Amino acid sequence: MRLRFWPVFLRNFLVWRKMIIPSLIANIAEPLMWLVAFGYGLGALVGEVQLGAQKVPYIVFLASGSICMSAMNAATFEALYSAFSRMHVQKTWDGIMNAPVRLDDVLLAEMLWAAFKAIFTATAILFVMLALGIANSWKVLLAWPILLGVGITFSCLALIFNALAKGYDFFTYYFTLFLTPMMFLSGVFFPLDNLPEGVRWMATALPLTQAVSLVRPLFMDQWPEHVLVHIGILTAYAVAAWTIALHLTRKRFKQ
Amino acid sequence: MNPAQLHCEHLSKRFGDNLVVDDLSFALYPGECLGVIGPNGAGKTTTFRICLGLTAPDSGSVTIFGEDMPTQALSIKSRLGVVSQFDSLDPDFSCAENLLVYGRYFGMKRANINARIPKLLEFASLTHKADAKPGELSGGMKRRLSLARALINDPLLLLLDEPTTGLDPQARHLMWERLQQLLQQGKSILLTTHFMDEAERLCDRLLVLDHGRMIAEGRPRDLIAQHLEPDVVEVYGGDTQALAHGVLRALAQRTEVSGDTVFFYTQTAQALLQALAAYPGVRSLHRPANLEDLFLKLTGRQIREGA
Repeated sequence: MRLRFWPVFLRNFLVWRKMIIPSLIANIAEPLMWLVAFGYGLGALVGEVQLGAQKVPYIVFLASGSICMSAMNAATFEALYSAFSRMHVQKTWDGIMNAPVRLDDVLLAEMLWAAFKAIFTATAILFVMLALGIANSWKVLLAWPILLGVGITFSCLALIFNALAKGYDFFTYYFTLFLTPMMFLSGVFFPLDNLPEGVRWMATALPLTQAVSLVRPLFMDQWPEHVLVHIGILTAYAVAAWTIALHLTRKRFKQ
Repeated sequence: MNPAQLHCEHLSKRFGDNLVVDDLSFALYPGECLGVIGPNGAGKTTTFRICLGLTAPDSGSVTIFGEDMPTQALSIKSRLGVVSQFDSLDPDFSCAENLLVYGRYFGMKRANINARIPKLLEFASLTHKADAKPGELSGGMKRRLSLARALINDPLLLLLDEPTTGLDPQARHLMWERLQQLLQQGKSILLTTHFMDEAERLCDRLLVLDHGRMIAEGRPRDLIAQHLEPDVVEVYGGDTQALAHGVLRALAQRTEVSGDTVFFYTQTAQALLQALAAYPGVRSLHRPANLEDLFLKLTGRQIREGA
């Protein structure tokens, strides 16, 4: 069987390879600046964070959360702005569909491509964290498949909005109403225990919270709890989002 | 006769209250260039999209290479070349890379694609632009690159949606020359166009669409002979109504007034031209009837919505 999505994925890869330097700076340097500024700067004020019965240095707390956030952001930007450019502005998808490639194949390629960008970004940041000694347990390497899961879930979610968008402005809704709250409510910057109960209850259901709950213990040289529950919720988000994105994209192109 | 390469039967498509394609049937035979002409909104592009399986018809069927569209779309498209109305070239890739990347969508091996790229660039007169990106190309060059890209899989049948719209005369002539070459190689072409000279020059057979229906079909010269008098005299200036309905009326089979111009359609223009000499200050143009006259006769002179 020929994997029809593969040449489409490869096309995106070849374009990315041409502009790898600015791409690396946007995807890796910026998250690292956040980490250094907040981790060391704010970390000096905060000191350690109380997490259940344990105390964690703030930089470790932040690093484990922000790597999940970086994966989320990388996948989101790619599956919103870049995918929209290819789909709507450049009409790249239309060109591809004149060849023996279906819309479903193109969408799958875009989804996997955004997930690849997420895992690439997260991997690079992970290496820098290891080099800086922020992460020093071999267990952090197990964060890799989880971060890939984050990439897949958030590219599926973003593709829903890609399918609905009339222009780039539409994505502001997604960022303001969905992604920014997610950033603050998923335990990336501060523990969820500090939130009011109603908000905390909502926060535990968010996809990014699942990833942070899985990745943070690995940075603390421990094993996460309720692994299957977190993976299950993350997977459910991904499957539901993919189904909706596929349906809406087919609808967009059917006229 | 060979079996049809492309066969549309009783296609209908409605968008809301608007019947865009209305019980349309036609066939394209191997080696033939079939032109689809019609005013804006006649259903040309919708028909084109239905043939590509991109739009689902409300009823009717499309068969290409004996296979059903859209259920066998992938198999059909592997032997099809498509140039759509708007260029969808990859702006980040050079001309050569555009061809390489596109060939991969057909599952072609890199070596096979690389062997074809120089030939295709030469065919498109773009050898010197192999490393240039589409943004650096003129409109005509972009269209030729789109055509070259559509030929990457060496298709039997080409579907071209308005391939020369927006091009200057030089670029159009070069495009026509290339399309003629492809026809000589034995390829078939389905072409939609707004340009009657293009249709007359390239097409073996024409379908005239209006409001989604086929209103005429045949060879360009036959259609003209069938629907029109052979000579046309256009007269400008002066009182159009008086000219059209005065003594000159008897010297033509048919007259038509459009704006400041009177069109006289006649079997022989000689008598009419002599009579016109008596009208000083009136300018006239004598020419053979062409497809444009036919088109305007069949579809009317009103401007269509969106035009």
